[in-house]
Amino acid sequence: MPPVGWLSSGALACVVVGGILLASYAPRVAPLATATTLLVAAAALMLIAGTLLARIREFAWSTFVRVFKWALLAYVVTAGMIEFAFAHDHTRGTSLVIVTLMLVIFALSVPTTIAFTVARYADPG
Amino acid sequence: MSEMTHNDTVAPQSALPRPTIQVVPVRGLPVVAALVVFVALSIGFNWQWGLMFNHVVGGGLWTGIDLFVGLVIGPILGRLSIPARAEFSARFMPKMVIIMPTVVMMTLATGFQVARFSGNLAASSPNHAWLIVSFCVVGVMAVIALGVLEPANIAVLFEMNKPVPNGERIGRLMRRFIFTAGVTGVMQVATLIIMTRLASR
Repeated sequence: MPPVGWLSSGALACVVVGGILLASYAPRVAPLATATTLLVAAAALMLIAGTLLARIREFAWSTFVRVFKWALLAYVVTAGMIEFAFAHDHTRGTSLVIVTLMLVIFALSVPTTIAFTVARYADPG
Repeated sequence: MSEMTHNDTVAPQSALPRPTIQVVPVRGLPVVAALVVFVALSIGFNWQWGLMFNHVVGGGLWTGIDLFVGLVIGPILGRLSIPARAEFSARFMPKMVIIMPTVVMMTLATGFQVARFSGNLAASSPNHAWLIVSFCVVGVMAVIALGVLEPANIAVLFEMNKPVPNGERIGRLMRRFIFTAGVTGVMQVATLIIMTRLASR
């Protein structure tokens, strides 16, 4: 099996580091170049994970989709809560855009890892 | 009576059919929803008591449960027979699926607000460096919990729901808990030290 779980976990690690960077500078503006680099790295890792996942032939897709959508619901709520906290604290402009995109990757990476880990051991039939 | 085979699969017992494990305890979801609303209201209205309650209670439960499971439940579980271990895990792990993400959400969502209101976020605060260290500690725990532990937890529950669970696969997934327990244990102790230090300065 391709390392989809590791790639999506790597994306998660990138956005966590980026989030720590932004939070540690708050309420000042963090160095956006570093945060943007981490965001791009996370997006690239998710893109690679998605590509490798789509190429798997024998795979329990029904199990993957079933687990993914429920996990996505949970992590969309969590990401929404974090977004709300940042917006409430008057994060604006480019910083807010970067935070939002990081949270999108966060909300996608965790369900991908969970669903892939479950589905890889499920019956492809 | 069927005998245990030496291959990877667990031979099915000839006794009663095993009840299906509910991966996410549905009855707990209304409690989770209520806590989500409580956290959102605390943040939205800058409700000092609500923020402190969610952060302290959520963080206390997160740390306490992690350390208790790692230091007490884990060693006991390792000494139980396979059937006893499986029965305990079938009841215990679904509850962890719903409890842990909830207490983590309570802790982290309000923690930033508590830091802001207490002045610790300001670069000039003497607690600022400690706060950044706590961010890093929590970051490590979050990546381990979300990237390793939770996927393994749910995968084990799905495996246990199969007609013939693969015992070797369950053991391999459970060993992720053991491997990461040491790391998260150290992180939790570090969190206790940092938080009590922040609260006392």
